[in-house]
Amino acid sequence: MADLEKFRAETRAWLEQNCPAEMRKPMTSDGDTFWGGRNTKFSSEARRVWFERMRDKGWTVPHWPKEYGGGGLDGEEAKIVRQEMAAIGARQPLTSFGISMLGPALLKYGTEEQKKEHLPKITAGLIRWCQGYSEPNAGSDLASLQTRAVGDGDDYIINGQKIWTSYANYADWIFCLVRTDPAAKKHDGISFILFDMTSKGVSTKPILLISGYSPFCETFFDNVRVPKSHVVGTVNRGWDVAKYLLQHERAMISGMGERGVGRPLGQIAADSVGADAQGKLDDAQLRSQIANFEVDEAALAAAAERAVDLAKAGQSHPAFSSAMKYYGTELNKRRYEILMSAGGIDALEWESDRSRGGARPRAWLRTKANSIEGGTSEVMLGIVAKRILDLPGA
Amino acid sequence: MALVLTEEQSMLRDSARGLISDKAPVAHLRGLRDAKDTTGFSRELWTTFAEMGFSGLLVPDQFGGSGLGCVEAGIVMEEIGRTLMPSPFLATSVLAASALSRGGSEAQKAQHLPKIADGSLLAALAIDEGAKHRPLQTKLQATRAGNGFKLSGDKAFVVDGHTADLLIVAARSAGSAGDKNGLTLFLVDPKAKGLAVERTAMVDSHNAARIVFDNVEVNADSVLGEVDQGFGLLEGVLNIGRGAVASEMVGLSDEVFGRTVTYLKERKQFGKAIGEFQALQHRAAELYIDIEITRAAVLKALQALDADVAKAATAVAVAKARAGTTATLAVQEGVQMHGGMGMTDQFDIGFFMKRARVCQELFGDSNFHTDQLASGKGY
Ligand SMILES: Cc1cc2nc3c(=O)[nH]c(=O)nc-3n(C[C@H](O)[C@H](O)[C@H](O)COP(=O)(O)OP(=O)(O)OC[C@H]3O[C@@H](n4cnc5c(N)ncnc54)[C@H](O)[C@@H]3O)c2cc1C
Ligand SMILES: Cc1cc2nc3c(=O)[nH]c(=O)nc-3n(C[C@H](O)[C@H](O)[C@H](O)COP(=O)(O)OP(=O)(O)OC[C@H]3O[C@@H](n4cnc5c(N)ncnc54)[C@H](O)[C@@H]3O)c2cc1C
Repeated sequence: MADLEKFRAETRAWLEQNCPAEMRKPMTSDGDTFWGGRNTKFSSEARRVWFERMRDKGWTVPHWPKEYGGGGLDGEEAKIVRQEMAAIGARQPLTSFGISMLGPALLKYGTEEQKKEHLPKITAGLIRWCQGYSEPNAGSDLASLQTRAVGDGDDYIINGQKIWTSYANYADWIFCLVRTDPAAKKHDGISFILFDMTSKGVSTKPILLISGYSPFCETFFDNVRVPKSHVVGTVNRGWDVAKYLLQHERAMISGMGERGVGRPLGQIAADSVGADAQGKLDDAQLRSQIANFEVDEAALAAAAERAVDLAKAGQSHPAFSSAMKYYGTELNKRRYEILMSAGGIDALEWESDRSRGGARPRAWLRTKANSIEGGTSEVMLGIVAKRILDLPGA
Repeated sequence: MALVLTEEQSMLRDSARGLISDKAPVAHLRGLRDAKDTTGFSRELWTTFAEMGFSGLLVPDQFGGSGLGCVEAGIVMEEIGRTLMPSPFLATSVLAASALSRGGSEAQKAQHLPKIADGSLLAALAIDEGAKHRPLQTKLQATRAGNGFKLSGDKAFVVDGHTADLLIVAARSAGSAGDKNGLTLFLVDPKAKGLAVERTAMVDSHNAARIVFDNVEVNADSVLGEVDQGFGLLEGVLNIGRGAVASEMVGLSDEVFGRTVTYLKERKQFGKAIGEFQALQHRAAELYIDIEITRAAVLKALQALDADVAKAATAVAVAKARAGTTATLAVQEGVQMHGGMGMTDQFDIGFFMKRARVCQELFGDSNFHTDQLASGKGY
């Protein structure tokens, strides 16, 4: 414990010295997120400085091994870094699907060569990844995917279509599920493969979201040639890799939303609905909705912390991330319903400068995808019923 | 009175549905949005509305209207809700027509109502000032000046405020924010000196405006109803508007529900229609029940308004509160059950979600009306 307290003090001092003031302010738009990649730009000088200092310290991904550009921290230490960053409101230096999704799968299933090739480029923010799982007819039923990879010497030739591929149009590489054995049962003929989005035959077409933004694409593969050595894990056993990755994706999505940071919801609401002399919101219903929400939010935060600790202690159920994904995303949707209600008329404006281009309603609409992306709420509940409760027929 | 539509009312519904679904499907709204149309509705369609007698639906016979009631207005609103048609119907034919026919002098009625009926006059009601609907908190100041008044203050969320030829403005002529006494309604020419209108682009691509009044002069003839005693009139008009918006939300909910059920039958995953999964069946069944209960509450409120506006407050609070939660549920379930498709702009469901949010806020959200009910019952 003494060591940890020392580590905490050092971490606090280092962050205090190295995190620019601008990087301690809440993010105001998607553009404030730094995703890395070949074509990336920093939105500000402070953004660049913060990222580079954290990268050099190994803290873009504190808990990954040092040899891959991580910080080599153990679970307790990594938690302290997270807590101390949260305490000063420090922004994530780097956000990427490489960190939250591909990395954990590579660490578990990748060859040493694959880890050396890809992980350092993730921690250094050099390569931006996208996820090629869903297809038009393979959403919740992901294992029915039809994108084909046919062997040709040392390569595969890939043909097919993905959909809902987030940021495919900005990504440098894709981790992709392809069918390598069409004769096998649906879960048994899938492989997990990596390739460069600039490969000949890859094209993307952005899809407009109800928020008015285009964060995802249709992605097409027309005779894309990929070396067989780019398969992660065993050929035809890609489903194991895919599912393992999904657990991490779900943990990430369940943690979305600005939990506990920024101004308390009640104060945001007070700006628009007013408060009485004691500071109580002038809308009794809204007040109780906010209070109920905050009770659940605090409890979820405890559950999230506990989930990490249980995992470390080897006591967690592998499907528990589905429970957290369900609760976390439904809660985040509730948060935005409350924010819309609190903002009232002002939160309905879509374009004005006053409304920062309709930032609030656009963010509200975006949250509706939280319970769809990474597996729908219905699928999460199904997984809990089947894998944790062991209910028959589930 | 039976809570079913009469034969005439069913015929009205059929003709409204025929016209609206034919001339203004959701693609109509989408087109106006994408073209960044500055009017935000089709004037040509408004002319058709007038020809079919819809624009003057609530205007008494002697002023060229059809002299029908809130149930009939609700029928048209429900059809508008099904396709999200942007139309002056709510602001002009429901709110302004009710305000004028209920509170206007003979001269005011004779001047404006025939033009509402023939479609040549567009009007708007300016009430809200803060972020939430709180009519009693009206602060826009009306100060006596000569034989008239000067108006100063801000209005927000004025439906159709950017195209109105006539504004009906709630102002405080006495007392302070929160008082029932001291509210006066004024008829104001939007071109008057000192008045600035800004069209606000809204999440639902429907029309609204912010209006600033800077010492706008109005004469004594422009008072609608009685000086300082406008709240009763305003409350009645608002309740008629609330009933109308609740009807729109029933139409919207029903349409989203119908589209979702169709999708449950069509979309296949795991080798079957997703509608075969009981988890979704039960949610669809619950939503159906919710909509049917709200539909009854709304019809009850419309009938109560037709019987006696002054006694309809509780029924209207129930209707608008329910319509808000039902529509919210319907659009959320609609998006969720469509999966990724539901999140795309290309698909229409999102338009319903956006409109439902605006309707929720319009003339008081579910929280507001739940509170109204409690206050009305004295707790
Ligand atoms: C914003 C966003 C970003 C995304 N990013 C990516 C990405 O980067 N890469 C990627 O590969 N995919 C991505 N997705 C796709 C996402 O994973 C799928 O949308 C999701 O898995 C659902 O699939 P679907 O859209 O085909 O819906 P469907 O599977 O068709 O589902 C429709 C409805 O049926 C329900 N349903 C289906 N099966 C059952 C069942 N057995 N029991 C009960 N209910 C059921 C669903 O829960 C849903 O409500 C993204 C999606 C969104 C919205
Ligand atoms: C107070 C009372 C009065 C009653 N009066 C009468 C009467 O007058 N006449 C008469 O004939 N019966 C009567 N019943 C019996 C009643 O109809 C049955 O209890 C009911 O049909 C449920 O059957 P079960 O008790 O065998 O429960 P089960 O069928 O074993 O159900 C157990 C649980 O599983 C759920 N369940 C069952 N099937 C499904 C499914 N397909 N999908 C989802 N969930 C499911 C149920 O909702 C329940 O929660 C009465 C019961 C009660 C409690």
